[in-house]
Amino acid sequence: MARVRIALFATCLADTLFPDVARATVRLLERLGHVVEFPAGQTCCGQMHVNTGYQREALPLIRRYVEVFEPHEVIVAPSGSCVGSIAHQHAMVARRLGQDELAQRAEAVAGRTYELSQLLIDVLGVEDVGAHYPHRVVYHPTCHSLRLLRVGDRPLRLLRSVAGIDLVPLPDAEECCGFGGTFAVKNAEVSTAMLADKMRNVLATGAEVCTAGDSSCLMHIGGGLSRLRAGVKVVHLAEILAST
Amino acid sequence: MTTFLGMPVAPRGVGHLRQEAPFPAAARQALGDAQLRANLRKATSTIRAKRAAVVAELSDWDELRAAGQAIKARTMSRLDYYLTRLEAAVQARGGVVHWARDATEANDIVTRLVADAGATEVVKVKSLTTDEIGLNDALAAAGITARETDLAELIVQLGHDRPSHILVPAIHRNRAEIRDIFLREMAGVDPGLTDDPAALAEAARRHLRRLFLTATVAISGANFGVAETGTLCVVESEGNGRMCLTLPRTLISVMGIEKVIPAWADLGVFLQLLPRPSTGERMNPYTSLWTGVTPGDGPQSVHLVLLDNGRTAALADPVGREALHCIRCSACLNVCPVYQRTGGHAYGSVYPGPIGAVLSPQLTGIADNASLPYASSLCGACYDVCPVKIDLPSLLVHLRARHVDEDIRERRLPSAEAVTMAAASWVMSDPGRYAAAQAASRAGRLLRRHGRISALPPPLAAWTAARDAPVPPRQTFRQWWRTQHGDPQPGGAPDGDP
Repeated sequence: MARVRIALFATCLADTLFPDVARATVRLLERLGHVVEFPAGQTCCGQMHVNTGYQREALPLIRRYVEVFEPHEVIVAPSGSCVGSIAHQHAMVARRLGQDELAQRAEAVAGRTYELSQLLIDVLGVEDVGAHYPHRVVYHPTCHSLRLLRVGDRPLRLLRSVAGIDLVPLPDAEECCGFGGTFAVKNAEVSTAMLADKMRNVLATGAEVCTAGDSSCLMHIGGGLSRLRAGVKVVHLAEILAST
Repeated sequence: MTTFLGMPVAPRGVGHLRQEAPFPAAARQALGDAQLRANLRKATSTIRAKRAAVVAELSDWDELRAAGQAIKARTMSRLDYYLTRLEAAVQARGGVVHWARDATEANDIVTRLVADAGATEVVKVKSLTTDEIGLNDALAAAGITARETDLAELIVQLGHDRPSHILVPAIHRNRAEIRDIFLREMAGVDPGLTDDPAALAEAARRHLRRLFLTATVAISGANFGVAETGTLCVVESEGNGRMCLTLPRTLISVMGIEKVIPAWADLGVFLQLLPRPSTGERMNPYTSLWTGVTPGDGPQSVHLVLLDNGRTAALADPVGREALHCIRCSACLNVCPVYQRTGGHAYGSVYPGPIGAVLSPQLTGIADNASLPYASSLCGACYDVCPVKIDLPSLLVHLRARHVDEDIRERRLPSAEAVTMAAASWVMSDPGRYAAAQAASRAGRLLRRHGRISALPPPLAAWTAARDAPVPPRQTFRQWWRTQHGDPQPGGAPDGDP
């Protein structure tokens, strides 16, 4: 596989609160022999604004994303949710607000923006990334990676190739963890009820680690597990794949 | 100059489309009811598994969905044409068509028709739309007793309760509760009644058979109305509908205007699309079709009431109108992680779950059901199971935007949320401001105790009520990147605001 220049969209959440996830993404891609760039003008995809109803306020963020990443051929983000928003909402919001030219450009950039497991398998053509992770792990398929991006079993294929891993199935895996962005605050009690069931399923597996492709869902599940003092860690997919 | 204020919405004070309390408050009550949550979990997970199994049997399921979606989109784009065609076809076969702009008009029309027929008691089937308009209350006010004959509707009516599911209105009840309701409310019931399903069904059968044999007027809903032929269609499981639709002399059907389909052949698509996702059956046990009056056979006085009640207002929104494509299968309720935990009553409307969250606010005007579009984590499970491919997550997002736009227009001062969102947009649309805000967020480290943050101020206190919050790390990713790579390359980073 030739060296690919990859622009990293760190996502505002990982950049600000979970820098290990973005660092792991860099480490993994560089270990595979590729070149990672971090366009400094990047901020946020705007999903929180769109999903809370503030499309006008999201528009400058969408424009920024398009302008910052337009010069790049291959773009990756360690988040199914942010990439899902870029793919399904950027052009839609631009069009709704009468910005047809921006919508077209957004579609083109979205077409080159990949979630991490999509990039590894579809673009870089690798399933075994040479990782070593001797732990019992459950994988939670996040809703947006599963149903917006249709990443399917790509993350699981990557995880199965990790040396030393004990990957165990998660009951009712495809059910939402209850995060949902501002849903977790606006409908906190329903969100918590969903989280409780997710945590019960995670704990039933006896796993040491719960992994997923989204820092946001992991923040939610991890926040609940931490409150329970459950002793189960949440670790982003990128961090497992970067481990040696 | 006159300003177009939009099509009229469903009126207040009549029917069951509006929330009494915002969704989070109504949900709290449901979440605290352990019996309700157990009933819902058992029932929805059973139907979900059945649906998944029978849908997987069809190799052309996605093509069928696409066909259903296309027929519905075409129908909505020429709804006026198909409705007048339906009207003409029903009239040509001896039926009478009535147009009701809203719940009040529809209730008046039906009440008058029942009174004209000289009846003081009516039997009912397929009652969702008549629940929407509060018909039973209107009939009662005119001294007319309405008897629900669908088993689940009967349970709800005898329990002085509200339906909580589109297809299984008594889904929130288990069989022990149903036995108690029958023992309390059903005249002449065997006092030794058990909660055996067969015994409960037999008790209902004896109760209903008496009603069928004496009723002179029936009131029904309709699943489909075929414009080409004037045929109405009711799909059901019990056969009680067949009794209602054939035995009484007068049959009055109340149908939302979005239920019209262009042609007889379209039934071939929808009768395949409906049963599998709704009951998990390959075919529903009873499909009743009738076209006007057949002399000497069945009802000799046949009426169709075409109901708007906010549907034209929904149609006026080129995005939101997709909610009118719904064929009321209720698959989206059964897979919705929110519905599964709150049940239908929390939505306040006869249309609960994801479809209710996009339909009810459009029928009433968003302000009257403003919390419903937010009653979803946008997990997308509903979209995947919808037999006519309604993009429910995108509709929810669309209605949130409409709500915010309307709210901003109507307030003199912006809400705290609007201010926060505008500020966040201002910060995040500029990398300099963004980096400064990130640096400031490091102050959050001061809130940590034993490596956790367990309490945050409002509105984030709602987060820390049950979840710890992450401790901001010492260094953001971009700070780390700068230590590794020096100052960022300027490439692709525009300066200033767009």
